[in-house]
Amino acid sequence: MKFVALGDSALVVHLREELGKPNETLTVVRRALELLQRAALPGVTELTASYTTVAIFFDPVIVARHANDESSTQWLIARVTQTLRKPRAFRGKGGGKLFEIPVCYDGEFALDLAAVAQHAGVSEQEVVRRHSGGEYRVHCIGFTPGFPYLSGLPVELAIPRRPSPRKHVPMGSVAIGGEQTGIYPQTSPGGWNVIGRTPRRLFDPEQAPPALLQAGDCVRFHPITRAEFETLAR
Amino acid sequence: MKLHVARAGFFTTVQDLGRAGYRASGVSVGGALDPHAMRVANLLVGNNEASAGLELTLGSARLQCDDDRVIAWAGGSFDVQVGGHPVAGGRPALLRKGEELIATAPPDGARAWLVFSGGFDVPVVLGSRSTDFRSNFGGFEGRALRDGDLLNLGKSFPGTGRIAARLLKSHIASWGASNEWSNTRSSHGFLRFIRGAASSQFSHAALSRESFQVTAESDRMGVRLEGAKLMRTEITDLISEAVVPGTIQVPPDGHPILLLGDCQTIGGYPKIAHVISVDLPAAAQLRPGDAVRFAEVTLEQAQQLLLARERDLQRFRIGIRLQTQ
Repeated sequence: MKFVALGDSALVVHLREELGKPNETLTVVRRALELLQRAALPGVTELTASYTTVAIFFDPVIVARHANDESSTQWLIARVTQTLRKPRAFRGKGGGKLFEIPVCYDGEFALDLAAVAQHAGVSEQEVVRRHSGGEYRVHCIGFTPGFPYLSGLPVELAIPRRPSPRKHVPMGSVAIGGEQTGIYPQTSPGGWNVIGRTPRRLFDPEQAPPALLQAGDCVRFHPITRAEFETLAR
Repeated sequence: MKLHVARAGFFTTVQDLGRAGYRASGVSVGGALDPHAMRVANLLVGNNEASAGLELTLGSARLQCDDDRVIAWAGGSFDVQVGGHPVAGGRPALLRKGEELIATAPPDGARAWLVFSGGFDVPVVLGSRSTDFRSNFGGFEGRALRDGDLLNLGKSFPGTGRIAARLLKSHIASWGASNEWSNTRSSHGFLRFIRGAASSQFSHAALSRESFQVTAESDRMGVRLEGAKLMRTEITDLISEAVVPGTIQVPPDGHPILLLGDCQTIGGYPKIAHVISVDLPAAAQLRPGDAVRFAEVTLEQAQQLLLARERDLQRFRIGIRLQTQ
């Protein structure tokens, strides 16, 4: 476990050096997140997960009040270490649900399907079959509101990001970047290779929580026709 | 109870102190890029510190209200006129019904925060009235203001009554916030930073040795800098992790980006440094073409500076309360 300051009001806890086995690392990160949520340490305002870390956001004024003469950061690190060393059970609340995401892999949506197929040395239909045949895990949400970072991409479908990012990746685009796959919840710039589009809304500020997916959730992609896409998009 | 936007200016948005608690859904913190200025201005008109006001960026805005309001502004050295009379930053003033308020950006500095007693009565979305311009929600219709917009103003807070009564004669208060608070510039010409996770991957003191220039691609997400290229001496693959406003990340082209309030929640570029909280207001005043230099401080110094500013703000709250009793 390693701690790195993220500015003067946040701290990153590195739980693993590298991703390793994604599912194991995900459990380690989710357990740490859950223990810290339950501990509700004084001054801690927000917690987020990434692939191998948990970020702890805090109010230095409140933490300083508790730390007395000790350095605020040292005090907080000691509390976090204590919390994470406790042999408490991982309940796994929140996250862990299975989502079937409908994806239309048809022509005009699949901007880079040909490039991915060529890179993998298989047909476009085979890329679709393998991409929709896998089971993926959500490690974190970020980049844009609701954007899921997923692990579980079949290795042969991995392809480097595009040399220069697109200015506008359309909303709902399902894309591959390196060994990751993800979904663009809104039209935004992006450098990943787009292979399809989902009509499913991934982010809605009127909903609680606003993001459809949460860290720990499982995702499967389910191919749909253009006609089905149009029906679902309505 | 409405604000009429005759001229919206270059880029004017409704902001409050930001949207905390939704980073795990990928939602930016956003809010006023200088939350301290927003709090000070709100205190000056008797508002709740977290009331929503306007963030003005460059340009010139012309505004009117359909009832009397107390206004105040803080931030960059804007030229603000109420009914033809100049109103200095950090001084509450009375804006009479129908009177015109004109706020014009100066040749230097980029942003100011302007508040009206009662704040803006726009819907709270995910715990905040701030405009998320990137995802188009919150604030006023999730967008920057346009000419002709009509915004609902809230009911005045109890503290405003006494301030308004004192302004009936003079219209512009002779008291207010210190100049340092109402006109935020980097007093020493440096943005102070603490080291980031990847600082050791860059040549020693690369950031503090060089001078940078702000490019035109800068916005509320980040200040893009050019000048010296910062190249990593050690190239390792990084796994995406949390970034925060103040983070200085370095993409492969070597041109650093100083992230601001609307930045993404997770990033994959190496983090060379983080500008400290008390210097983020100065960062929010950078405009294209400005020169930027950085100076390193320790984490403890950064936190002490923040605690000192909070103590000063607490004294200011008490001072305001005494003024209005």
